[in-house]
Amino acid sequence: MAVAVTPGPPSAPSDDRPRTIVTSVSGGDRIFRFVMRMAGLAVLVITGLILVFLVLRSLTAFRAVGFHFFTTSTWFINTNQFGIAAILPLGVLVAVIALIIAFPVGVATALFIAEYAPPRLRRTLIAVIDLMAAIPSIIVALFALYFVMPRILGTAAWLSHHLGFIPFFHNRLPNAPASYVASTFIAGVFGVSVMVIPIITSLCRQVFSQAPQGEREAAYALGSTKWGMIRTVVLPYGRAGVIGASMLGLGRALGETIVVSFILTPIYFFNWHVLESGGNSVTYMIANRVLDAGSKEISALFAAGLILFAMTLVINTIAAIIINRSRSGATASAD
Amino acid sequence: MVTQKAGPATTTGTTATEGATTAPAGALAAESKVRIVRISLAGTATLWGAVVGALALVWVLYERVLPFSGVLGFWLCWYVVFLVFYAWMARMQWDRRDVINRVTTVALAAAGAVVLLVVFGTDLYTLVRGAASVVHPNFWTQSLAFAGPDSPLSVGGVSHAIVGTLEQIAIATMLAVPLAVATAVFLSEVGGALARPVRIIVEAMTALPDIIAGLFVYALFILTLGMQKSGLAAALALTVTMLPIIARASEIVLRLVPGTLREASYALGSSQWRTVWNVVLPTARSGLATAVVLGMARGIGETAPVLIVAGMTKEFNFNPTSGPQISLPLFIWNYVHIEGVTPQYIARGFGAGVALVLVVLGLFTLARKLGGAAPGELTKRQRRQLARQGARA
Repeated sequence: MAVAVTPGPPSAPSDDRPRTIVTSVSGGDRIFRFVMRMAGLAVLVITGLILVFLVLRSLTAFRAVGFHFFTTSTWFINTNQFGIAAILPLGVLVAVIALIIAFPVGVATALFIAEYAPPRLRRTLIAVIDLMAAIPSIIVALFALYFVMPRILGTAAWLSHHLGFIPFFHNRLPNAPASYVASTFIAGVFGVSVMVIPIITSLCRQVFSQAPQGEREAAYALGSTKWGMIRTVVLPYGRAGVIGASMLGLGRALGETIVVSFILTPIYFFNWHVLESGGNSVTYMIANRVLDAGSKEISALFAAGLILFAMTLVINTIAAIIINRSRSGATASAD
Repeated sequence: MVTQKAGPATTTGTTATEGATTAPAGALAAESKVRIVRISLAGTATLWGAVVGALALVWVLYERVLPFSGVLGFWLCWYVVFLVFYAWMARMQWDRRDVINRVTTVALAAAGAVVLLVVFGTDLYTLVRGAASVVHPNFWTQSLAFAGPDSPLSVGGVSHAIVGTLEQIAIATMLAVPLAVATAVFLSEVGGALARPVRIIVEAMTALPDIIAGLFVYALFILTLGMQKSGLAAALALTVTMLPIIARASEIVLRLVPGTLREASYALGSSQWRTVWNVVLPTARSGLATAVVLGMARGIGETAPVLIVAGMTKEFNFNPTSGPQISLPLFIWNYVHIEGVTPQYIARGFGAGVALVLVVLGLFTLARKLGGAAPGELTKRQRRQLARQGARA
């Protein structure tokens, strides 16, 4: 980037004019910028293409059932009685339960890493969170299905017996372990939350570690304890980041496929008794049905996928805007 | 973080004032380091007292008196009782503010411990359950072509899935990395009006439903362009998932490159692309490598994008461009979830899980090795090289 400066007339100091700065970009740089801009554009194009192709492929289904796609809860393809009125809210339910677990754990872990852990432990924990993000969802699913599920049934039954007066925890099925397996609760509490925690933790940690040092010291100088400092400086500073991270976590939870597929037994009516056996989600339907589906069902699955994509894209974009705003000006940390 | 523990010094047992009082003014030689004592006997004893006391009480109540059962419930109850005990015991010694500080410290540390436990528990469980099948050498050398649902574990293996995983991740990396790094360079070096929407979409795409990438490739390449289900289609789906992850991580790394280096390069008269190519990218090399390897680790474990487009096979398929090609996660998906009828299949699934965990852990260790250096920090070899060049000049 060559910058040519034309100085003003030196003889007249009283005639103070701003200098004209002429920036001439060389040909090589112009090509470089163009190529890089195209690469950036490619991401937008891919996102757009995903949207376009999901819309194109779902037209058949929308033509067949129209608006009833949003109000039908059954999934009978041949009689044109299919829709996402049950499976979409069921998936949202799993995601919300996952977030109820992942939000406190994620934020607390982020606080611990950013504020409490000694430097050596901090580096280790950051690495562990990165590792957690890299654990294949299928490994989590294996663990959830074979290790966690048999052990969590007792807790689920306990919740139902003692907190059954809260409608969410009421289980209307006969009192047997089989009434508690494969429930929305299990899928959310262990499986999906594990996929969400690393996202929330790493984003929150970055925001927390950017809390201004001067204000921290001011809080200490006023006699604050560590927690007092966190409550009055770090948390208010990081509020936007925490909200953004949680929303991004929600988007991730809505899209979780493998764990949900391993744990749940599909049902086709909306059931907010989360401890009862059976659940569903759009991702479950796509992953488990698309390979055996006829062309009409494939279109229906594309339509469901389109709704899910649009939903998560909106949630994630709002989250990203919030995160970027909270991050602007500050330099992000690498690890 | 220089100011640790600025709380009430007398109540928490800190002796921060000691150093200041012993050193006489003006006597620089007598200056001694201020030691901030953070661990006191009373604090430690209170903590462990609460741990043991809660354990004893919960064991009596939970296991003997009340009709509860379940491992998870036991530890949940223990934790709640522990927090109550700890707060109570602390209240007997310290003031309210200090108690709150201590209890929150313990609660936050517990969250970190839970995360550690989950990460290692998940991996260890897979390794233990998979041990039965991975001890057979044939597991690593054979495909599943001659093994049926009831075949013993001494017949058949997952090497066809390993081949698929390696080929697919290689193709996906080759496609995703140039595009992702270029996007990152665009975001951090070029900028402009387009940068903001691109940055936001990249961030949003990192949390995109995995399966949508599979659906997209299925719609575009298989249904519209008439491609077969193949390893290449799976690699394309992985590319879509890995691209935003690598781009985002790379952008963060590039932003850490000091602006003064760029200015120095411009001052020497180099153009922007020269600066990026010869200054910015080499400076961020180690961070970029970490971003790429972490992206690979994420991509290698993805099941949802590939399960629609990769197809299913029990045999070796070295050619990613034609015919179905299975990968390790897909292998587990297929034999545990879809056909999980026999114990042998489930054991094989866990065995493939071991292979997958080992690959991810390996990549992860590599990423940490590469990423140890801060931007601009040279490795030992680079430093030696520089010294040699300096000697020659």
